[in-house]
Amino acid sequence: MAGLAVSTTINGDSVEYLCQPDETLLDVLRDRLGLTGAKEGCGTGDCGACSIILDGRLVCSCLVLGAEAEGRRVETIEGMADGDVLHPLQQKFIEHAALQCGICTPGFLIAAKDLLARNPDPTEEEIRFGLAGNLCRCTGYDKIVRAVQDAASVMRAA
Amino acid sequence: MGIEGIGARVARKEDRRFITGAGRYVDDMVVPGMKHAAFVRSPHAHAEIKKIDVKKAKAMPGVIDVLLGKELKTDGIGNLICGWMIHSKDGTPMKMGAWSPLAVDRVRYVGDAVAIVVAETKSQARDAAEAVEITYKELKSVTEAVDALKKGAPQIHPEADGNLIYDWEIGDAKATDAAIAKAAHVTKMHIVNNRLVPNAMEPRAALGHYDKAEDHYTCWTTSQNPHVARLVMSAFYNVAPENKLRVIAPDVGGGFGSKIYIYPEEIVCLWASKKTGVPVKWVADRTESFLTDAHGRDHVTEVQMAFDKDNKITALKVDTIANFGAYMSLFSSAVPTYLYATLLSGQYVIPAIHANVRAVYTNTAPVDAYRGAGRPEATYLLERTVETAARELGVSPADLRRKNFITTFPYQTPVIMCYDAGDYAASLDAAMKAADYAGFAKRKAAAAKKGKLRGIGMSNYIEACGIAPSAAVGSLGAGVGLWESAEVRVNGVGTIEVLTGSHSHGQGHETTFAQLVADRFGVPIDSVSIVHGDTDKVQMGMGTYGSRSGAVGMSAIVKALDKVEKKAKKIAAHLMEADEGDIVIENGVAKVAGTDKNVPWFQVALAAYTAHNLPAGMEPGLKEGAFYDPSNFTFPAGCYICEVEVDPETGVTEIVQFVAADDFGNIINPMIVEGQVHGGIAQGVGQALLEGASYDGASGQLVTASYMDYAMPRADDLPSFQVSTSNTPCPSNPLGIKGCGEAGAIGSPPAVMNAITDAIGNNDLTMPATPQKVWAAVRAAKKH
Repeated sequence: MAGLAVSTTINGDSVEYLCQPDETLLDVLRDRLGLTGAKEGCGTGDCGACSIILDGRLVCSCLVLGAEAEGRRVETIEGMADGDVLHPLQQKFIEHAALQCGICTPGFLIAAKDLLARNPDPTEEEIRFGLAGNLCRCTGYDKIVRAVQDAASVMRAA
Repeated sequence: MGIEGIGARVARKEDRRFITGAGRYVDDMVVPGMKHAAFVRSPHAHAEIKKIDVKKAKAMPGVIDVLLGKELKTDGIGNLICGWMIHSKDGTPMKMGAWSPLAVDRVRYVGDAVAIVVAETKSQARDAAEAVEITYKELKSVTEAVDALKKGAPQIHPEADGNLIYDWEIGDAKATDAAIAKAAHVTKMHIVNNRLVPNAMEPRAALGHYDKAEDHYTCWTTSQNPHVARLVMSAFYNVAPENKLRVIAPDVGGGFGSKIYIYPEEIVCLWASKKTGVPVKWVADRTESFLTDAHGRDHVTEVQMAFDKDNKITALKVDTIANFGAYMSLFSSAVPTYLYATLLSGQYVIPAIHANVRAVYTNTAPVDAYRGAGRPEATYLLERTVETAARELGVSPADLRRKNFITTFPYQTPVIMCYDAGDYAASLDAAMKAADYAGFAKRKAAAAKKGKLRGIGMSNYIEACGIAPSAAVGSLGAGVGLWESAEVRVNGVGTIEVLTGSHSHGQGHETTFAQLVADRFGVPIDSVSIVHGDTDKVQMGMGTYGSRSGAVGMSAIVKALDKVEKKAKKIAAHLMEADEGDIVIENGVAKVAGTDKNVPWFQVALAAYTAHNLPAGMEPGLKEGAFYDPSNFTFPAGCYICEVEVDPETGVTEIVQFVAADDFGNIINPMIVEGQVHGGIAQGVGQALLEGASYDGASGQLVTASYMDYAMPRADDLPSFQVSTSNTPCPSNPLGIKGCGEAGAIGSPPAVMNAITDAIGNNDLTMPATPQKVWAAVRAAKKH
């Protein structure tokens, strides 16, 4: 099948791919590029498991077409750590056990990164509102909130 | 305990792959030549299938094949079964209707699978599924269990007259009625336990691969118990003989019960792979999950609790109708019987108990165990009733509970269970202290000044976990034994692999199980690997549900470790020319007690495999297996206190404080246990405030089939939780573990509802207590 040729930047690397006009960016990332960190939890933009950052903005990649990534900057969970050095949010998620089954975790980390980029010193309430677009069925969110608070304080001190 | 041993707050070993996006779930799996499946599902709640025309669908782009139920039957694929036999009180066996993996001539709920389409891509499969033309003759449907029992209700299965699956009882009806007749006070309630959708964040998925050259099948599936899946798929569904079927449950994104069962899709994907000659992958979309994952709860109950003049409970009488949906799911029959009615004594001395349970077919999704399974329903009715009784009797809810607590153990209840250990007053005291119960009146007055209604409610739950002694569950009708297996393999350089039949889908077994081994030999947890979830690697196992992995799964590991340690000591004694009884293994070293003689652990392991210098007659190697069958259930218990503020103008409830004081016995990793409690409470608060599966009575359509319509708890809906544990070790297993996975979901709904009804002064309120319902209840209370 022929497809649309797309040139984009993913986690800082130039990437070119072919995709179908009706294919979501989530499917392109997962099925064509092997970046399976973003997950499909609902396909309707309600759960945030597919969260990525597109041109500096938090989006659900299930609601973006693969073709729309043309000429834009995509950041996914796979680019969050710097080689083997974890991002402070990743480090704090481990230290606080802020995850259980792990399926929603990449989405939470991306959403939290976006939140802290906009608000480096959020209150608990602001964190809870800021992450309300992401569903987690395992943790009850308590340890996620603690991990984000802790990471924010580390990042402010850095 | 050591920094990595039992009791340490060790960070989870599995988390690095998850936080880097490197987790490997079924939908992340790719097999060469893999194609994609979509299921054609019934749009009707109840209908006859008159005709299926697949011509147009087969001609669609990318379509490889469209397969139907009659072909499945021709190939000898069996019907789905319920694996726990329950007999009605008249002695007749439960009435199980036929459940074909693909419906042949009748559909019984919206979402019932009728055909599978296999195509090159996911979207081509879905497009072609819409092009399958099915002519239905619609029939009358029924969605509420109470209505399905009425005369003239649509008959759903020919096997079950009047839609009644069983009419079961437990306890002493005569003694219970007599006690109620002479009671000083009887509290009566009508209790509805709302239907829930489990909503694991990973949708169910299956990848079936038939390898023709090897005549071998592999199924990757989102399962909590891959070995049970293999057993059932081969023994009952004739998909493949057990020796030719490998089932792999890799990283699994939450289960909460819903991934225990073997569903039509994994059977059909395996079969379709053989029919089409290509590996077939199916991943549910969220609406399919809502429609077809086994739902939870859905009980309607009349309850009477009798008291004598000293406010001692004298009897409990319960009459429950349980909605089973359109088909009997794998363990459905056990949930409202042995997982529910056997816990109706709660934490209380109740001399006479009688429960009657009717299980009923309706035109809805099958209902089965969901986090807590039966025990939340028992706890909800008991704790709402006790709290209500306290209000009616004009006594403090805490005092009424305390007065009736069981205080001597073992305690034989009138409903089978024998509680082995517990200290219910300790949990109550801890919770009341943490919640500053005594200061509530002041906080209520302060809230009133802001125009808010403040309320407090408690709940004292008990559950039976660690399921269970195989002979006991066998005598009660279970089709399987509920032991667990483990194998400990010490490698030649001293690293250790533990193979377990438990399955981790969020519980952190890779960490806690490794802590157990690290604790035993004093080796770093990084040198211990936990292997699970693959029937080719682990011979047999019963899987993870019912808070059993610690109490049962880890006990099996302990047994295998005992054997390994015994052999390692023999080898070490031989190497050091010492007496076996003088050897201790700690900090990664085998020592002769009281001397400075020692051999590092890795040298003991190496000696076992070089076999150059072993005691006479000893086999080489250091690898031992064990099966552990528990001698009793375990009985976690605790006290939860919830404090709410209700805005009477909007009906919005805010949880301002939530305290949990649990007794889980001994704890391996407190950080993981806290997380389990948090998650359980979130699901329980979800049930109390937000969640409810709702079917349209006229059409049988599920109107809550997306996240737009089904309210999941989000971060801004929940408070922080204050959790603590006290500890009476479980006497029946070697680690003294009781289990912690379900407690939160069991204990929290009645605490929340008791708090709201206390706040608004109106006890007539059902879950979920949505703002609209609470607002109406506030107004109704004002009128009285």
